[in-house]
Amino acid sequence: MATEINDIIKPENLVGKKSALLTDVPMHYCPGCSHGVAHKLVAEVIEELGIQAETIGVGPVGCAVFIYNYIDIDWHEAAHGRAPAVATAVKRLMPEKYVFTYQGDGDLAAIGTGETIHACNRGENITIIFINNGIYGMTGGQMAPTTLAGMKTSTCPAGRELKNFGHPLKMTELVAQLEGTCYVTRQSVHTPIAVKKARKAILKGFKNQKMEKGVSFIEIVSTCNSGWKMSPVEANRWMQENMFPFYPLGDLKDI
Amino acid sequence: MNNDVKLMKGNEAIAHAAIRCGCDGYFGYPITPQSEIMETLMVEEPWKTTGMVVLQAESEVASINMLYGGAGCGKKVMTSSSSPGVSLMQEGISYIAGAELPCVIVNVMRGGPGLGTIQPSQADYFQTVKGGGHGDYKLITLAPASVQEMADFVDIGFEIAFKYRNPVMILSDGVIGQMMEKVVLPPFKPRWSNEHILNINPWATTGKTVNRKQNIITSLELQSELMEQNNLRFQEKYRQVEEKEVRYETIRCEDADYLIVAFGSCARISEKAVEIAREHGIKAGLLRPITLFPYPSKVLQQLTKQLKGILVVEMNAGQMVEDVRLFTREVVPVEFFGRMGGIIPSPEEVFHALENKFVNK
Ligand SMILES: Cc1ncc(C[n+]2csc(CCOP(=O)(O)OP(=O)(O)O)c2C)c(N)n1
Ligand code: SF4
Repeated sequence: MATEINDIIKPENLVGKKSALLTDVPMHYCPGCSHGVAHKLVAEVIEELGIQAETIGVGPVGCAVFIYNYIDIDWHEAAHGRAPAVATAVKRLMPEKYVFTYQGDGDLAAIGTGETIHACNRGENITIIFINNGIYGMTGGQMAPTTLAGMKTSTCPAGRELKNFGHPLKMTELVAQLEGTCYVTRQSVHTPIAVKKARKAILKGFKNQKMEKGVSFIEIVSTCNSGWKMSPVEANRWMQENMFPFYPLGDLKDI
Repeated sequence: MNNDVKLMKGNEAIAHAAIRCGCDGYFGYPITPQSEIMETLMVEEPWKTTGMVVLQAESEVASINMLYGGAGCGKKVMTSSSSPGVSLMQEGISYIAGAELPCVIVNVMRGGPGLGTIQPSQADYFQTVKGGGHGDYKLITLAPASVQEMADFVDIGFEIAFKYRNPVMILSDGVIGQMMEKVVLPPFKPRWSNEHILNINPWATTGKTVNRKQNIITSLELQSELMEQNNLRFQEKYRQVEEKEVRYETIRCEDADYLIVAFGSCARISEKAVEIAREHGIKAGLLRPITLFPYPSKVLQQLTKQLKGILVVEMNAGQMVEDVRLFTREVVPVEFFGRMGGIIPSPEEVFHALENKFVNK
């Protein structure tokens, strides 16, 4: 068996390889989690643009808190929700650098809503990557602002009831209305084609920084199979059937 | 005549000093009685001259996290606020201390609790020197008592902050912030070049090049043994600060029987009270702690040997007095006189307090 695999792993048979910017640290993400794929795309884009030495990342508090262990660039690990404020200062003090935040939905759309809206409204020349998995992964599956109506979490075990818990927040639609954003898009990473599109969106988000047009905001509708209590395959299907109708994929703004 | 001698408010002096000492960025949110700091910066427009960034943030939570970002890049960054705003900043300050980042934070204190009053106060002593935010950390704290010191402490603050990679607080109050005095502004220093930052702050996030490891600004460490090591390193740093950075002023202490201990504006008032006491034949002196952490505990202990009593004067319900009692082990009586709610005690009041609590007893 082992020899068979080694026979196949030959340079001429390679269809792709790990980005040189992804470290060899084993990722702590649950199998099937979208974070791993999203990380890979960010690393590939930075590598493709050749901007490792010019890129400063700002990480969230959430499952991606250890993103600095996986992507080989300089990082700030921000307090919960404050990444856009941290990135604002980094970019303003080093305008020649590429600066991006990587945030979950609790981080970006609950505790950090103010920082998100105002960084977008000021038109900071940064890229915001927003992982929307509709739940708080890190703290064990509590309700997020993006949790769908009827969706069960540990703090709405009977399902999100809108009268009590309010409505799922469409942050991406919200920031698309602000003058300070130049590119607002919603993507996913559930199929190879979706991954390709998401990669293109992230690439565009980074390139936009040099044109000083304002914030590029890239939502990635994601799975949290542990929080959702589903197998990776089930989670992917559930996301397509339930998340996509409410959070439709595609560009919302591109100027 | 020095051209740089000006008449201005303490708040304005801070702004001018920031530009002159090569500050890279100011991030703040308006609140009385310190809004003149950002207003002055916006009038001066230093982004056109030194390149200093000035940004009005959406909140104090945002401004302190902007400091976290700016300081992580190895830049000289500062913010200013007043009591309620500084309360909002506490999580961020704890992160900055935990990630060992240098920065200068100004608190022009007003009376609390809550929205309280816009009038002066010193009721944030505990918040400043006892932690404020979560975790075991210390803020190196400078307490100016004049407009001149408001100007001088910005540069000194940055120097100490970068020396120890620790946040420095300039703990002022509405009196010092609002009063106008003559001030000699510091000479212009250029901002640090990117090359200089690479040399002196090798930990800063200047972009990962092939010949060095990643620079990561974080306060996170989930392995308990390593997190304890981090804490031990912080504690060792604070010991160093206690050994090397104590600043204070003594006035007429040589032959004093009674000592007034006061900082900031209360020290100015108490200096006058010492004069009145001397006119009445009472040998009084003043110890003015300039650093509140590290506290001038050694000189206080030295002075205690000759004293009959100590009066601590503060614009609060009695905060620093607890430290004075601790450091002197109350081998002499320690009494307290304070006003609250934004009331500034008069020198006569302080003198009478001294007289009543000790001499006429
Ligand atoms: C001030 C503060 N409040 C609460 C927390 C606890 N906390 C950590 S992560 C998190 C939510 C993370 O959810 P999300 O942003 O959606 O990211 P995910 O883990 O799903 O990727 C919370 C509430 C914290 N670290 N700091
Ligand atoms: S808990 Fe959810 S978001 Fe976190 S790693 Fe697991 S699947 Fe991913």
